[in-house]
Amino acid sequence: MADTDESQTDGQNSVDPSEVEDAPSLDEVLQQSHKPTELDTTAPPVLTVDNLRMYFPVHSSGVIRRKVGDVQAVDGISFEILRGGSLGLVGESGCGKSTAGRAITRLYKPTGGSAKFGDRDLVKLSTRELKPLRRDVQMIFQDPYSSLNPRHSIGSIIGAPLRIHNMVPKKQTLSRVQELLEVVGLNPEHYNRYPNEFSGGQRQRIGIARALALQPKLIVADEPVSALDVSIQAQVINLLQDLQKEFDIAFLFIAHDLAVVRHFCPEIAVMYLGKIVEIADRETLYQRPNHPYTQALLSAVPDVKQAAIGGRRERIMLEGDVPSPINPPSGCRFRTRCPLAREICAKVEPPMVQIGPRHKVACHFAGELGNHPHDPVTARMLGVDNDGNPDPGATPTEIEETPGFNDVWFDLKERRTVKPS
Amino acid sequence: MSSSTEPKVGGEAAQSVVDTAAPVTSVASKSPMQLAMARLRKDKLSLIALGFVLFFVVIGLTSPLVTHFGWIDPLTTNQDLVDPFGRPVDKWGGISLSHPLGIDSIGRDLMSRLWSGVSLSLFIALSGTALAMILGVVLGIVSGVTGGWTDAIIGRIIDLTLAFPQTLMLLALASTGLIMVQKAFHTPAGNPTAAVYLIVVLGLFGWTGIARIVRGQVLSLREREFVHAATMMGASKYRLYFREILPNLWAPILVTFTLMMPAFVSAEAALAYLGVGINAPTPTLGNILNDSISYADLVPTFFFIPGFTIAAIVVSFNLLGDGIRDALDPKGHQ
Repeated sequence: MADTDESQTDGQNSVDPSEVEDAPSLDEVLQQSHKPTELDTTAPPVLTVDNLRMYFPVHSSGVIRRKVGDVQAVDGISFEILRGGSLGLVGESGCGKSTAGRAITRLYKPTGGSAKFGDRDLVKLSTRELKPLRRDVQMIFQDPYSSLNPRHSIGSIIGAPLRIHNMVPKKQTLSRVQELLEVVGLNPEHYNRYPNEFSGGQRQRIGIARALALQPKLIVADEPVSALDVSIQAQVINLLQDLQKEFDIAFLFIAHDLAVVRHFCPEIAVMYLGKIVEIADRETLYQRPNHPYTQALLSAVPDVKQAAIGGRRERIMLEGDVPSPINPPSGCRFRTRCPLAREICAKVEPPMVQIGPRHKVACHFAGELGNHPHDPVTARMLGVDNDGNPDPGATPTEIEETPGFNDVWFDLKERRTVKPS
Repeated sequence: MSSSTEPKVGGEAAQSVVDTAAPVTSVASKSPMQLAMARLRKDKLSLIALGFVLFFVVIGLTSPLVTHFGWIDPLTTNQDLVDPFGRPVDKWGGISLSHPLGIDSIGRDLMSRLWSGVSLSLFIALSGTALAMILGVVLGIVSGVTGGWTDAIIGRIIDLTLAFPQTLMLLALASTGLIMVQKAFHTPAGNPTAAVYLIVVLGLFGWTGIARIVRGQVLSLREREFVHAATMMGASKYRLYFREILPNLWAPILVTFTLMMPAFVSAEAALAYLGVGINAPTPTLGNILNDSISYADLVPTFFFIPGFTIAAIVVSFNLLGDGIRDALDPKGHQ
């Protein structure tokens, strides 16, 4: 009866218990009060990640621990997060999405690349130089049961960042903590309670209050709702949306639940085995995905409405397992499981090509489901023939791989760079 | 499990929370430590053990006072109460109103000797335990959090310490050790130096166990997200080690403490028996027992009373330690 507990102490934010009994889908709950977040595409970027790499060394066993390889958890990802925007990072378990978040927040020291926050590069700063930037970049953690120290009271948990950064005079810490508790919808009088007295949803709210304490400009949310049950997920997502609007916070939202991401993120990047395979705005990605992996991922989402009228979406079943990130496949990383894979995929790695106003994809055979081209769209710009062998006669075009989006893009049908009409 | 009425009850409760927001402050909030203490209070055996422990602690604390005021006198001999062979003249080991626990072989009051002996033994054991605890906890946390070379080096030092034949070394190095201690701490020669030597040796050889336990705990704690959260806030290393991680280690620390104390009490007794440490006529539990050995078959009370005291101290501390462990970790031992 976790739901009952939640409604008991969550106060006015709780959903009516009768609804919990009916178990509405997440989409329905979300739509009750909040519309999907919209994006202002003209806003300046807050965070620009360029070719970020995070390798973990693998050592041999035995006395002399030789380095035998790397787990290439994140291998060159690039994206931009606009001010007040939120980018969803989705992918299956082990694709490196959490690692990417932790590399950006510098819980890990990235192997290479850059993550520009304003004019500072988060990757290159030393721990000491990083401390003032901790105010601006905060994180919400996945597991509300392990992200709060069980031996500290709520007041001391939320007050800790205030104390460390001297945000408010010592005497005002308590009133600021109570203010924050109120902001996230908890009873401000509960500051002297301990985490064990709260439910999962409430704990996640406490984690959010802690992240908000420093008034950050960017929050990396690492699966903030995946440990909660559906009705609580909706409350927390709505809370995050309210906070985003109120404080103009940009989000990097890491998740594996496509419904949650669709609601919260106007832009979404899909990761596979340490690389981003497709990145686009919400409508494009969900309606017209161009990468075979994105198509397979979306086809796996159960659709209640479709099932109700008897029509079922075609499931795309992927064969085999995700390859090891220690020794990833040559060329395209998805080729071992890709239904479209051909010779070129093993030889040349597909570049990230912008194919729409806010749509990039990394595939030689990019195209909408069922309309994939027969010959690689990228061959000419890479200077190779259709099998991926170097073509001496061809003149490879300069491929601009910038983290953001350009005004011009490569049109898949016409096979040339076009300007918007 | 879930009857249809339950959600309604929850709904009403939620309503009442909203309506009466202010009185909520009166709801008593319990820290994990307070919850553990509440569990301990329900455990009869632990409470009895706690009573014994408190009794011995009070005895230890009051001994200098009562000696000062002359209420007990552990050193005065009463030759008239023993015969030429060292046997008490009276029956029952010389138990009388003036000597409630009898007298020893040269007519000293056994109760007075035990009273000050418990005090000195507990003091040495407590100091040794404290030294071992501080060393072990600090090195264990540093080793666990830092990892890498620091961890490897501390780990090898622990191995080395454990591989040493502790008692043998203590005996062999006693003379040089005593001189070293005397020079290092400028203690007066004799028993004070011996006491410091015992404390240092017990501490230096006792920290390995707690260091290993703490390191193991820290290895699991440091992957918990609240440690990452503290890093995210820009917490200093000191804050990370001692404000975030240390409070989660109280259970193993308390338990090891209550187990190490009696071990050191008996270690001190064993060493005194072997002739290292505090010398006669100053009484410690070990000294008293050592004196009584040759009279064990003639005057049983003289032998059993100090023996029983040592046993009582060891058992009561151990039982209390068990009780604390169960109270702090109720799921672990059922």
